[in-house]
Amino acid sequence: MIVGDWRPATISEVADVTPTARVLRVTVPDWPGSEPGQHVDVRLTAEDGYQAVRSYSLGSYGDGDAIELAVDEVPEGEVSPYLVRDVQPGDMLEVKGPLGGYFVWRPGGANPVQLIAGGSGIVPLAAMAKARADAGTGVPFRLLYSVRRPETAIYRDELERLAGDGGLDLTWVYTRGGPPGWAGRVGRVDDEVITSAVWPVDRMPDVFVCGPTSFVEHVADALVRLGHPAAKIRTERFGGA
Amino acid sequence: MAVFSRGFGARRRESDERLPPGQYLTEDFPVLSAGPTPRVELDEWRFAIRNENGATKAWTWDELMALPIEEVTTDIHCVTRWSKLGTHWRGVSIDTLFEGIETDAGYAMAHSYGGYTTNVPMEDLLEGKSWVVFEFEGEPLDPEHGGPARLIVPHLYFWKSAKWVRGLTLMEHDAPGFWEQNGYNMHGDPWTEERYW
Repeated sequence: MIVGDWRPATISEVADVTPTARVLRVTVPDWPGSEPGQHVDVRLTAEDGYQAVRSYSLGSYGDGDAIELAVDEVPEGEVSPYLVRDVQPGDMLEVKGPLGGYFVWRPGGANPVQLIAGGSGIVPLAAMAKARADAGTGVPFRLLYSVRRPETAIYRDELERLAGDGGLDLTWVYTRGGPPGWAGRVGRVDDEVITSAVWPVDRMPDVFVCGPTSFVEHVADALVRLGHPAAKIRTERFGGA
Repeated sequence: MAVFSRGFGARRRESDERLPPGQYLTEDFPVLSAGPTPRVELDEWRFAIRNENGATKAWTWDELMALPIEEVTTDIHCVTRWSKLGTHWRGVSIDTLFEGIETDAGYAMAHSYGGYTTNVPMEDLLEGKSWVVFEFEGEPLDPEHGGPARLIVPHLYFWKSAKWVRGLTLMEHDAPGFWEQNGYNMHGDPWTEERYW
């Protein structure tokens, strides 16, 4: 893990990816690189000196001076509406990091990996899935991604591409409505979904769960109830209880 | 010289002198944990203090409830930058639990059900600075917030306030706990922003 001081950074690209979320590509000179799953602190300074800081997961990983954040708007928020609605290429902010040495996947392990994302909880897990593809490792990955509707999925095309390449076993869960012609179920992740889409306990998967607090609580409780050892389940929660 | 972000600041929050630097106020109670929420039955719950010589004193839930209970009103500050002001808790002072404990240790490691650990200097635990609490805002503490009982050390970042606490192991020398091994500061004072390594 590397932290370091605040580093000036420039927005290089913005892309609206869902009705409420945007992917920001940010250039950070002398960025030390990061591991898949890490996050950064982002500091914004108003012209009168007023400052606010928030943490965001990195959708990117590795070396180079370009990092990627995916920000979902918190309607009454102070920082996310600015990052989703107002910020433009050329604007500046500061970043500190990378941060976090626990919710991280490092190539080299032998156990299969199970990623479980709710909503914008996909961001650090997408970095892990990309890292797995880039590493060319044979470690089997599964991703269970719960979204309200298809259009609210972040990194949808990229994940479908990773799945199409054969390296990622991808299961969608739609809690409000599926894509046109969807014949599958609609509803939240339950025991049946977990039993069918998650690596079985005897494969001893390393499990990463990320999403809103209620989602992570619900999924982690179910995993433990279905026999997954708590010590094999890493969680990252965000948002108010 | 800070870098300015064009057009930022229109939605700024009110400031408060009770907020340490870099923190923002929240009315929610965010949940941050590294793994699943442990579920601990009250009749199996124990809290133990082990001194540097290995002598151990332990309390059952009923024994904890028989101790003097204190009401605590305090501000809390998470390293992820949210703070809550004026939170209300009920619990037993660590001072009460240390009556009759013989120790010259300078540090304690808090241990939790679920395996979490965090290190705290003794001088940050004693003299009215920390409690084992079991009620939040008049209700039994939710499991996701550390129930049935958690440590609170409100003057340090909240990762020091171990959820699902089961005991303290006293140490002559400081040693890192869970988050301290994973990037967070050994002490964690919010007012001097002791956040990371």
